[in-house]
Amino acid sequence: MNPAIILERKTAWRGGVSPFNVSFGKLFMWFFLVSDALTFAGILTAYGFLRHKYAHVWPVSGDIFVHFPFTHAHLPLAYVGLMTFILIMSSVTMVLAVEAGHRMNKKGVVLWLGLTILGGFFFLLSQVWEWSVFITGTSGGTAVDIFKDGRWVKEIFHGANLIRNEYGHPLYGDFFFFITGFHGFHVFSGVVINIITLKMAVKNVFAKRGHYEWVEKTGLYWHFVDLVWVFVFTFFYLL
Amino acid sequence: MDAHVLHHPRKENFWTKWVFSQDHKMISRQYLNTAVIMAVIAMMMSTFFRLQLAWPGQSFPILETFLGKWAKGGILDPNMYLGLVTIHGTIMVFFVLTGGLSGTFSNLLIPLQVGARDMASPFLNMLSVWFFFASTAIMMVSLFVEAGPASAGWTIYPPLSALDKAMPGSGLGMDLWIISMAIFIVSALLGGLNYVITVLNLRTKGMSMTRLPLTVWAFLVTAILGILSFPVLFAAALLLLFDRHFGTSFYLSDIFIGGAPLNQTGGSPILFQHLFWFLGHPEVYIVILPALGITSEIIATNARKPIFGYKAMILSILIIGFLSFVVWGHHMFVTGMNPFLGSVFTFTTLLVAIPSAVKVFNYLATLWRGNLRFTPAMLFAIGLVSSFITGGLTGLILGDSALDINVHDTYFVVAHFHIVMGMSAIFGMFAGVYHWFPKLYGRMMNNSMGYIHFWGTVVSVYGVFFPMHFLGLAGVPRRYYANTAYPLFDDFISLNEWITFFAILGAIFQGVFLFNYFYSMFRGRKAEQNPWKGNTLEWTTPVEPLHGNWPGAIPEVHRWPYDYSKPGKTDDFVPQTIPLTRDEKEGH
Repeated sequence: MNPAIILERKTAWRGGVSPFNVSFGKLFMWFFLVSDALTFAGILTAYGFLRHKYAHVWPVSGDIFVHFPFTHAHLPLAYVGLMTFILIMSSVTMVLAVEAGHRMNKKGVVLWLGLTILGGFFFLLSQVWEWSVFITGTSGGTAVDIFKDGRWVKEIFHGANLIRNEYGHPLYGDFFFFITGFHGFHVFSGVVINIITLKMAVKNVFAKRGHYEWVEKTGLYWHFVDLVWVFVFTFFYLL
Repeated sequence: MDAHVLHHPRKENFWTKWVFSQDHKMISRQYLNTAVIMAVIAMMMSTFFRLQLAWPGQSFPILETFLGKWAKGGILDPNMYLGLVTIHGTIMVFFVLTGGLSGTFSNLLIPLQVGARDMASPFLNMLSVWFFFASTAIMMVSLFVEAGPASAGWTIYPPLSALDKAMPGSGLGMDLWIISMAIFIVSALLGGLNYVITVLNLRTKGMSMTRLPLTVWAFLVTAILGILSFPVLFAAALLLLFDRHFGTSFYLSDIFIGGAPLNQTGGSPILFQHLFWFLGHPEVYIVILPALGITSEIIATNARKPIFGYKAMILSILIIGFLSFVVWGHHMFVTGMNPFLGSVFTFTTLLVAIPSAVKVFNYLATLWRGNLRFTPAMLFAIGLVSSFITGGLTGLILGDSALDINVHDTYFVVAHFHIVMGMSAIFGMFAGVYHWFPKLYGRMMNNSMGYIHFWGTVVSVYGVFFPMHFLGLAGVPRRYYANTAYPLFDDFISLNEWITFFAILGAIFQGVFLFNYFYSMFRGRKAEQNPWKGNTLEWTTPVEPLHGNWPGAIPEVHRWPYDYSKPGKTDDFVPQTIPLTRDEKEGH
């Protein structure tokens, strides 16, 4: 036998096919997500850096996020917990949509993708509600340092914005808005992409193409957005 | 797979050929030409501020011609001095040596050398070059802002960059800088994703990872570094924008303006430095690795010898890539860093010397007793090895925290990074242009002008940067408009005049290159298919480039790319497409 041929067989991957057996579209998405993960890592590291500087005065999230819509009960982190649960469930429905795509089951894809979109909407609306509660603040308010006419004065302030924060250190508010806002933007883009995907599925674009790989790619993005939220939830709310 | 389908030749008009082209070779040319224009602008800026440094406060009418109100009576305005330094650095680092170097050669060589019809996603590739062009255009627009361009240095440390009243350039100029850079990051991401995925997924049959030319390995690791580090700069820039416009204080603390404290307080400017240098240090390797890859290829081809230590070269590229993420603290030794942490960063930094030395010794071993052909490309490649050693040695001094503190922010640092990163990388880029000009334009560059360009450049670049070591050791600080206020530095004024003389001389010699480049593009001698007798796949494509690269089937690869002067062969090169004979062993 020609030694050249033996040599060719020895090499693990001989070219012409993909090393990970994934299409380049999916590989694109994976590497994009790696890159995006580093953006979030940068932001969360910045958060850790500055929180460490004020570790002794950093507000406790459990004391701030105690509201639940339509009740006056005192439920620390209950609602954000529910949001997290719904978002993770939307990842589950996404998996089911991808799985239905593998079976070329259009109805399944439409159903599960639709539920994923609903989950995403629920999360976004909840975030709007949470922001508004955080911005409105408590009825009593707190005296915070405000710089006026060349000196610092104490003044009663309600809620929080990017400059002041009745709950404690202003950086807490800065990071709350920045991190949840940046993540929320990702969720929003994810919902938009999911809606486009749903529309394509309904119009039989994938059925004609013969595969539902597009759904897998959107799925990857959606799982990533959920995974990042797990980190945000852990580092910002729980710790 | 779409990229594997050969595009049917169709009528091309001006727009589809020059603007909306998705052909990787055209995109490569677009990158290169944008970078050439940017490099000329940035080089002119450097001669402008060199005039001021050599003859502080003297009038040069040429400055008024170019800078208008920023050099009234021919005397450079101090604010514009800072603006010029900043924009010179930004253009050179990001637009010339990142976008220009990676963008040109990754685009040109990856598909040609791995045997692909085009990039994995030609469309995203086109977007990448558009974003690149847009970001350069915005940076140019920022030069015409009423209060001047960004002036906080290319590292844009806050608070100078965070407060719009900090200095004239901190206003709109700074905003445009950030926007330009954000667009550049998008461009780098789209380009980088394409490079990585093309290398991983679109290699031709037989092209295993250990048969890749070292250029492709370098481009691959470079692209991965970019994917991992640029998003962190993006995060840092977003936080900076919030500080600038929305009243947050991520980077601001304890600042007094006109005696009154600033409302924004609590943040940390050091945080920005951490985030910035987490990008900034890998960025240095994003700049140098493609140049090293190009050098490996050119030295092996023109020494007519297999590259020495092929696998060691790959390993050292990977190790350099990894280490680049754990050394950023060496830029921050004087920020009040814990001395223990400083010694950790010293340790990791000095580790970089090992793979770098492996590369240098491998180059020298490849050259050793080779059958050298001194083409202009080869001269520039050897020049790179020279400057990489010179600059690397001062890197040992700067990497050591105890020594670095003495010369931090002096001209010693300027000398170090201009030699090891500026000069080396631009030499790699020149070498690449001379070597692959036949693949870019189907013509040859003029050799005589190439020699003049090389010798003129290498003498003037060393003339500029070598004396700077002495300035730095004497304590002359960088980024100062003039050092006339310090009698201590009066001794160095004549040295500064020499540096400026060599800077202008160097700029003139670049004129030779520019002439050669544009002349050869249209009038150069027609290239043969394989003018350098190289082994890699790009020399199997026809001289007249076509979209899809190979008119027939994609070539198959049967051997590694460095079979030069192999015993028992009639020719001193064996292209990768030639099958191994019955009892031939694959060389490594």
